[in-house]
Amino acid sequence: MAFDSLAAFIAMEGHGPYVWTCYGVFVLFLGGLVYWSLRQRRQVIAAQRRELTRSADSGMAASRNAQAASFTRVKVSQD
Amino acid sequence: MHPTRKKRLTIVLFLLAGIAIAVGLTTYALRQNINLFYDPSQIAAGDAPQDVRIRAGGMVEEGSVQRDPESLKVEFRVTDFNSSVLVEYTGILPDLFAEGQGVVAMGRLNGNGRFVADQVLAKHDENYMPPEVAEALEKASAGVHKAGDSSGSESAY
Amino acid sequence: MWQFFHKLGSPKWFFGIANRLMPWLLWGGAALLFAGLIWGLAFAPQDYLQGNSYRIIFIHVPSAFLAQSVYIMMAVAAVVTLVWRMKLADVFVKSVAPVGAVLTFLALFTGAVWGKPTWGTWWIWDARLTSMLILLFLYFGVIALGAAISDEKSSARAVAVLVLVGVVNIPIIKYSVEWWNTLHQPATFKLTEKPSMPAEMWVPLLLSVLGLYLIFGWFACLRMQTEILIRERRTRWVKELVLAGRS
Repeated sequence: MAFDSLAAFIAMEGHGPYVWTCYGVFVLFLGGLVYWSLRQRRQVIAAQRRELTRSADSGMAASRNAQAASFTRVKVSQD
Repeated sequence: MHPTRKKRLTIVLFLLAGIAIAVGLTTYALRQNINLFYDPSQIAAGDAPQDVRIRAGGMVEEGSVQRDPESLKVEFRVTDFNSSVLVEYTGILPDLFAEGQGVVAMGRLNGNGRFVADQVLAKHDENYMPPEVAEALEKASAGVHKAGDSSGSESAY
Repeated sequence: MWQFFHKLGSPKWFFGIANRLMPWLLWGGAALLFAGLIWGLAFAPQDYLQGNSYRIIFIHVPSAFLAQSVYIMMAVAAVVTLVWRMKLADVFVKSVAPVGAVLTFLALFTGAVWGKPTWGTWWIWDARLTSMLILLFLYFGVIALGAAISDEKSSARAVAVLVLVGVVNIPIIKYSVEWWNTLHQPATFKLTEKPSMPAEMWVPLLLSVLGLYLIFGWFACLRMQTEILIRERRTRWVKELVLAGRS
């Protein structure tokens, strides 16, 4: 430990405000990015599930069409 | 590789080379404006304009700092170990300001070769070390100096 | 090799690989970063000149390092987009650009807060600081351009060209401190030389750089998966995955 006490650790010989601001902002922004990325993914999945359950009600034919269309799309994407 | 891909790759490479050349030439043409400061040799050679706000940078010469006891006025010499320039400044110096440390001063060069600064910034190098190590190093280099080596100050820059 | 390359281009294959990698990247990265930061904050000795304010280096250098590495990776992906038209490369560029922007912002912010007690100023228009600010605007430009063009193919190409144009800024950032007089000091880590600090300072710094690298990998996997889910929403495997409710 480079410091004698917790108070010295917080104060950092007067540089505390600078050091702690930096670490605080770093944790805040990275944490925010984690939260935002996870939420975005959850929302995308939830929206697509709603879409799928609705289209499943409106008939099998429509979904079969969509699947056929999607299959060619995958092929194209490989090129 | 597929010929169309080869063609695309060539185009991409040409694009990159073109941009690199353009940016390279621009920065080369602007090199003096990109430099943050003039060093004392440039000032001594007369490269720096007078009575225009410029920056001067270098090392604070050992033993050159003179503080006015009445006010915040300070005078010191900034050197690059070839030439030096006399700087005067009134105000609070940054914590890192010390003899043998790098500084960048902002201000004007007046007629008689003095640099009147209105802002002084400290410049440090990329050598970080614990205080004990720095102390030990200093002791060691002081020993070297006594032994008659005068080139020690050069390596400190 | 080419088979691997083609497999890599398959979104479904990538999705599965990413799923397997992500826990390792996240927890490994978090552990390394945490260890590096705690070591740097509380146990590393103070600097003889700057005292404790130099402890900002343990987040400043990793952020700045990653901000530039991410851009280089984006530039490689841009070449792949333009030459091989691989869709996954474009997914990568669009997914990581916001992460790069956040890292660049953090590098600039922590640099400013560090500059105040050491240099005596928050900001100065020297070559290093200015070129880093340009990097932030490049990231913003990539994000904005990607969002502005709705057609997937033209958007991918336009973004790739912009990324490639901006990549000249990277050597300028790196060498600015050597080519010109700057207030900013030269690099702490050099590839060819021993770091200019003792081990009890550079080991925690290295740990946090590696930790942030792994966490960036996690961000890349997670955000690319999200982007793939959107783009491939009409494929059978994505539908099954969404309905199964797994992850």
